[in-house]
Amino acid sequence: MRLYDIPLPSRLMLGTAQYPSPQVLAEAVAASGAAVVTVSLRREAAGAPGANGFWSLIRQTGARILPNTAGCHSVAEAVTTARMAREVFGTDWIKLEVIGNADTLQPDPFALVEAARILTAEGFAVLPYTTEDLIVGERLLDAGCRVLMPWGAPIGTGRGLRHAEALAAMRQHFRDVPLIIDAGLGAPSQAAQAMEMGFDGVLLNTAVARAGDPVAMARAFGQAVAAGRLAHEAGLMPPRDMAAPSTPVLGMADLGLDGLA
Amino acid sequence: MITVLGAGVAGLCTATALAERGRALRVLDPGPEGAGASWLAGGMLAPDVESDGAPPEVARLGASAADWWAARVPGVERRGTLVVAAPRDGAELDRLALRTRGHQRLGPEGIAALEPDLAGRFPGALFYPDEAHLDPRIALKALAEGLRKRRVEIRHDAPPAEGEVIDCRGIAAREALPGLRAVRGEMMLLRCPDLRLTRPLRLMHPRFPVYLVPRGQGLFMLGATMIESDATGPITLRSSMELMAAAFALHPAFAEAAVLETGSGLRPAWPDNLPRVSRTDGRLHLNGLYRHGFLTAPALAEQLADTITRPEPAHAP
Repeated sequence: MRLYDIPLPSRLMLGTAQYPSPQVLAEAVAASGAAVVTVSLRREAAGAPGANGFWSLIRQTGARILPNTAGCHSVAEAVTTARMAREVFGTDWIKLEVIGNADTLQPDPFALVEAARILTAEGFAVLPYTTEDLIVGERLLDAGCRVLMPWGAPIGTGRGLRHAEALAAMRQHFRDVPLIIDAGLGAPSQAAQAMEMGFDGVLLNTAVARAGDPVAMARAFGQAVAAGRLAHEAGLMPPRDMAAPSTPVLGMADLGLDGLA
Repeated sequence: MITVLGAGVAGLCTATALAERGRALRVLDPGPEGAGASWLAGGMLAPDVESDGAPPEVARLGASAADWWAARVPGVERRGTLVVAAPRDGAELDRLALRTRGHQRLGPEGIAALEPDLAGRFPGALFYPDEAHLDPRIALKALAEGLRKRRVEIRHDAPPAEGEVIDCRGIAAREALPGLRAVRGEMMLLRCPDLRLTRPLRLMHPRFPVYLVPRGQGLFMLGATMIESDATGPITLRSSMELMAAAFALHPAFAEAAVLETGSGLRPAWPDNLPRVSRTDGRLHLNGLYRHGFLTAPALAEQLADTITRPEPAHAP
């Protein structure tokens, strides 16, 4: 997978919050094979660049760092956070989150497009956290984004692909744009489903971080993503309404009704 | 002569364990009293609840903490911990029940029987009856007083350290301890005389575990944020709002509470969030107590004191 011309060896991205410890986080990243980890930047954490012990532990994982503007509720806040993140982490990549409602944590598509326009003009590689709405997706591409990150379900809910048909339509509509399912995945089967549908990758956090054994769960997600992608590339059989025999009839004994009597 | 650096919970527990073994020592701390992270702690001795997220080692170290403290300081309350969740966060209680031991499921009647002021507020709770809490400030002062009675000096100037040095300075020792990091915490002290609650309450919160510890006389400690940050500035408005909203969710009477104090401090933590004793540059270090200082310091201090007071093995003839 290539995002913004950078080749990535894995289609799984992991968030870094809520782990029992940074050590468990590092082991989980390694077990999952994730190529990208997201880090949320809180304003008070940016005081002393380079000194933050947590960030240096994250750098040691070797995964590419994708700072995000988690928890930002306005264009100005998101833009400021993105600029700080560029200073702190030395990367133009930014996962752009502009939250429209503190309760549902839904993206605010209007502010998202505006913030994306400002940031791409400043040279950021913007990965916007959006809904499955096609027009919002088009506006984000118009604003200069080259990747879209539609949600599976609201952040932290573990509901999977709540609007699977709308997401399938999105996949059809943006055939040549990398689409990453971001948020709402609770189980490896859901990640596999997204990959089977042809999404380019998935990003998740809570399902791994809050698992009983985060390292094992990270490995499970890594395998599910790889399996789902492989299945997509192999070509899934179309579902049928009627049974079709999978065992060839040729050569079966023809006993006839007489023989059974 | 042994020199213990730091008069927070790690330093005072270590000094106490050594003094009780008859060792000559003194404690050095730049002060002023009350400046360190230990003074902002919740003081919950909650090995069962904390085993959600913390490695089993923490519960093991903390198993005898309440007994250790009760034998040395006043105000150790053994009334258990009550964990509640907003109705829509009920799944979080189920999750906690799966991940921890030593709890009982309570319905509304059970909650009302334990804490009458919470009657009708929550559909369910988890009760951890074996847990305890204390007031960290009272406990630290009592340990210091006990040390002075044993003629242990606690000095706030900076004389050169003598003899074996045991460094218990928390995040201040970071320069000497690569890998030690700061996890910022913020808290509030509230006065709410309208409300009577007798045991620590935890509210399952999507971002950090919010707790409320009664300090008696209508005082409550409300804490604590967990932010991966070295920032030492005052509490932010965002953190204040999150803490206050949690208190208000626990009981609307907190709307009338007076905010007596806000505080922020830096917890010292190793990458695995487990405390440890290490030897660096000729010094023993007890550090990385993270969010479990009052829970794990007694066991660690006893281990450390045992190690350094063990007689030297006799030389073979």
